[in-house]
This record gives sequence, structure tokens and C-alpha cells, in this order.
Amino acid sequence: MIEMWQYDFIRHALLAGSALAIVAGLIGYFVVARRLIFTSDVLSHVAFPSALIAIILGVNPLLGVFGFAVLTALGMGTLAGRSRANDVTTGTLLSWVLGIGVLFLSIYASGSSSANSSAGVNVLFGSLFGIHAREAWVVAIVGLLTTIVLLAIARPLLFASLDPSVAASRGVPVRLLNVVFLILLAITIAEAVQAVGALLLFALLITPAAIARRLVIQPFAGMALSALLSLLFTWAGITLAYYFPYPVSFCLTALVFVTYVGVVVVQHLLRRRLYRGAKRLANATA
Amino acid sequence: MTMITSALTLLLQPSWNPIETLRLLLEYHFMQNAFLAGTLIALLAGPVGYFMVLRGQSFLGHALSHVGFAGAAGAVWLGISPVVGLLIFGALAALGIGALGERGGRLSVESDIAIGTVLVFSLSLGLLFIRLASSYAANIYAFLFGTVLGIRDRDVAIIAVMAVLGLLVLAVIARPLLFVSVDPAVAAARGVPVRLLAYAFLLLLALSVAVAVQVIGVLLIFALLVTPAATAQQLTTRPAVAIAISTSLALIVIWLGLAVAYFTDYPVGFVVTTIAFAFYLIARARRGWRANAWRPARMARAGGAR
Repeated sequence: MIEMWQYDFIRHALLAGSALAIVAGLIGYFVVARRLIFTSDVLSHVAFPSALIAIILGVNPLLGVFGFAVLTALGMGTLAGRSRANDVTTGTLLSWVLGIGVLFLSIYASGSSSANSSAGVNVLFGSLFGIHAREAWVVAIVGLLTTIVLLAIARPLLFASLDPSVAASRGVPVRLLNVVFLILLAITIAEAVQAVGALLLFALLITPAAIARRLVIQPFAGMALSALLSLLFTWAGITLAYYFPYPVSFCLTALVFVTYVGVVVVQHLLRRRLYRGAKRLANATA
Repeated sequence: MTMITSALTLLLQPSWNPIETLRLLLEYHFMQNAFLAGTLIALLAGPVGYFMVLRGQSFLGHALSHVGFAGAAGAVWLGISPVVGLLIFGALAALGIGALGERGGRLSVESDIAIGTVLVFSLSLGLLFIRLASSYAANIYAFLFGTVLGIRDRDVAIIAVMAVLGLLVLAVIARPLLFVSVDPAVAAARGVPVRLLAYAFLLLLALSVAVAVQVIGVLLIFALLVTPAATAQQLTTRPAVAIAISTSLALIVIWLGLAVAYFTDYPVGFVVTTIAFAFYLIARARRGWRANAWRPARMARAGGAR
């Protein structure tokens, strides 16, 4: 365990991974509560073509990705309705975004050598172990700032997420909060996609929050548990990947997946036992 | 823009001749196979996509296409045919999402979570398989974006068999599935097997994605499933008409996409998704325009009648 710490790449991975885990765990709680899972998936896909555009144009990819992600988030915020039709609009937009990604990929692949073609794969899958010191610090600082803003608006945001109409009638600026939240989400996703890939972020965004929501009803305790779980998953994933020859993102997502399935199955069995017990009791009294 | 202008210059050439263009287009065997496979897939994706959109399962369709990536990568690692991997992984993921996300047969946030979790896990599994098989980055792109111009005769045969199978299953369950999709509670009360139909449709969706992936790629099958169906929904509310529109649009989109991509330098996936998206925008604009143009008149008429 201790020898792991000697290596710079492990320290950088732990720094960036921990910062990301806390932000993703906290923001993910709201993503699940607001049912924005598909939307956040689209945002992570937008990062793909925009990173390629930035690379082709020679702009700093980070700026390009931030810019496009925030624009898309704002666009989706204004276009989004409330009903199931929203799902279709999101999907249609997503399919076109992917098509644009293909276009830029073809420009990019034909314009550069094969040594560069792994950069595109990196955007999709990333590598926590390949992260540089500077990138790790950028992730950590952006993560810290995002967490501070999120915690500052957490209370009204929770109100607006759980019951928008009551919150609006109480004078909570629901629309403004929506926009601020989408921008925070876009920044988090863009930053994570740049540094560690879309895959790792998505694993930390949705599932720890979903597990926390299954285990704890009280919202702030749920948020804390979600951040804690995602931090534990990250550390465990990095440790596993250090000792076994598998990619970090695979170790991490496998842990997350197994835990989620375990929680669902155990809860299901417990509920069934409770139901049977209640039935037996009812029969006995009858 | 250059794509449109080059397509236009092609069409507006003084010597333009539709039969000659068609002959050029179908001159090579690989283009014949591409058109054949594209047509079969559009015929399946149109109706299946209609039900997917109707049931609000776009995210599921998207996730299943990503799951296909893991299946294909796993098959390459084991040295078996990618189609087998696609089918097995697709079916497993569909059943898993169904079991994890189900809550009283209704769609809930729980199903979105299950979809997201399975999606992430299968992507990372795909990554693992690729590492294990130590294949090149270029191979990943082949899975992700399809190899429409590299379809062999054997692939066409497999696609034909699977498309016919899928359409047969859909034809058998279409009526009750429509009932269940529109009003699950009433359908359940009438004794329609809601759960059985839900799982049957999940498997059908997985099959359609697996068939289409080889042609248009993991990432772009979605364009044929969701966009034509979404466009059809903008144009009509009648199911049979919507299925017809969705299927015809899927056909038009893939034919046009292949033709434009053949005569220009643009990748098929980009052309297909852009044409499909353009149709969708036109349908939305038309609907908005009609709503604006007709509503005041109709209201005035109604007011006059009163």
C-alpha cells in the first residue's frame, strides 16, 4: 500500500480522482433527483467533438470543451420541456452530435499521423494514470470551486429539484437555479472528460448517488454518503488497478456495478421477506 | 456547406442523368452490399424505432448501442464472430436493465439509473476486452462508427435473416405492444401480459441494434432508430401512418446518406445523421408554423359559431 505512494502518477491520479469523486458524488445526487441522467450523457458526448475541434484548431482543448459544454447545457435548458417528449428531443440532438463527432474524427484522422489517433480514444475512455501534474491540479482546483458553489446553492437547489412549483411560489429563483446547475454540471463533465474520460466520470456521477438514495432518505445525509461512496470507489479502483493489469476505469466501474447490483438484490430480498412476514402475521391474526 | 454545394453541383450538371448516377452508384459490389444492408436495416429500424420513441426508451436504445461495443470487442478477443457477441451482450444487457430498473412495470428514474449503470459497466468491459485483445485504436473506430463500405455477402445474408426475424416478431406483438405502450394500466386490466411484452420488446430492440451496428456503427444506429421516429411523431398521431413515415424516412435517409457519402468525401455517419436531423427540424418547424397559422383561424371560427 505504501510503495504505491512513491509514484508520481499514483499521487496525481489520487489527487484528481478524489477531487472528481467528491464533485461527481455531490452533483450526481441532484442529477438523479432531477432526472437528468440522459442529459448528462449527452453533455459528455458533446465533449467528444468539441475536444477534437479544439485539437484541430490548435486551441487549448480545455477552453474549447468548457465553452461547448456550457453552450449545450444552456441550449438544452431552454429547449427542455417537462414531459416524456423531452427524452426524444434529447435523443435526436444526441444522434446529430455523434454524427458531427464522426465528421471531425475523419478530418482529424486524415490530417494527422496515427500516433495522434489515440487522443480521440482518450477522450472516450481517458486514463487516470496518464494524467500530468498540471492537469491533476486543474482538476482539483476546478473541482473545489464547483463544490463550493454547489454547496452554497444546495438548499434552494434541493427545494427547486424536489418540488419546483412550491419552490417558485415561495420566491425561490427556480429558473436561475436550473441554469446555474446545468452550467456546474457542464463544467464538471467537460473537466472530467478532458482529464480522465467520459466513462470514469459517468460511473461516479450516477451510480453512487443512486445507491445513496436507496440507502438514506434524508437529502443532506444522502449527498454526503454519495460523495463518500464515490470517493471510496475511486480509491479502491486506483488500488486495484495498481496491483492488477486492468485499466483503472474498468476496476472502478466493475466495483460500482457490483455494489449497485448487490444493493438492489439485497433490498429486493429484504422487502420480500418483510412482505412475507407481514402476510404471515395477517394470517395468524385472522 | 461544401457538402451541400458539391451535392448540388452534381445534381445541376448539364449532363446529369438519374440513370447514369444510379449506375455509377451501384457500379461496385461493395456499394450494392451497402445499399442492400442499409435497406434491410432501415426496414427494421423504422417500426422498432417508432415503438422505442412511443415508449420513451430513447436512452435505452442509446445504451444498447454502447453495449454492442462491449459485445463486439469481446467477440474479437475470443476470436468469434462479432455478431454473436453483439447478440449475446445485447440480450443480457436488455434483460439486466429490465430486471434492475423495473418498478411495477412503469418507467421511472430507477430505469434511467439502471440504464446508466449498465451502460458504463459495459463500456469499461469493452475497454478491457480491447486491452486484452491488444487491438489498435483504429479497430475501436471500426466498432464505434461502422464499416458500411466493407460489408461482405455473408454479412448481408446474416442481416437479412435477422431483420426478417425481427420484423416477424414485431408483427406478432405489434397490436398488444401498442396498447401497452399507450396505456399500460388499462392494458394490464384487460389481461394483456404487460411484463412479457416489455421484455419481448427489450430483446427486439437489442436485436435491431445488433443487426444495425455492423453497418452504421455503435454510435450511429441511434440516428436510424430515434430521428425518423421522432420526425414521424411530429407529423402524425396515427400509429400505422407514423410507422409508415418512420420507415420511409429511415430508408430515404440511409439511401441519400450512402449516395452523398459516395460522391463526396464525407463519412456516411455524418451525412446520415445530418440528413435525418434536417428532416426532424423541418417537421418541427412545419408543425410550429401550422400551429401558429391555423390556431387563430380555428379559434376565430369556433368563436363565430358560438
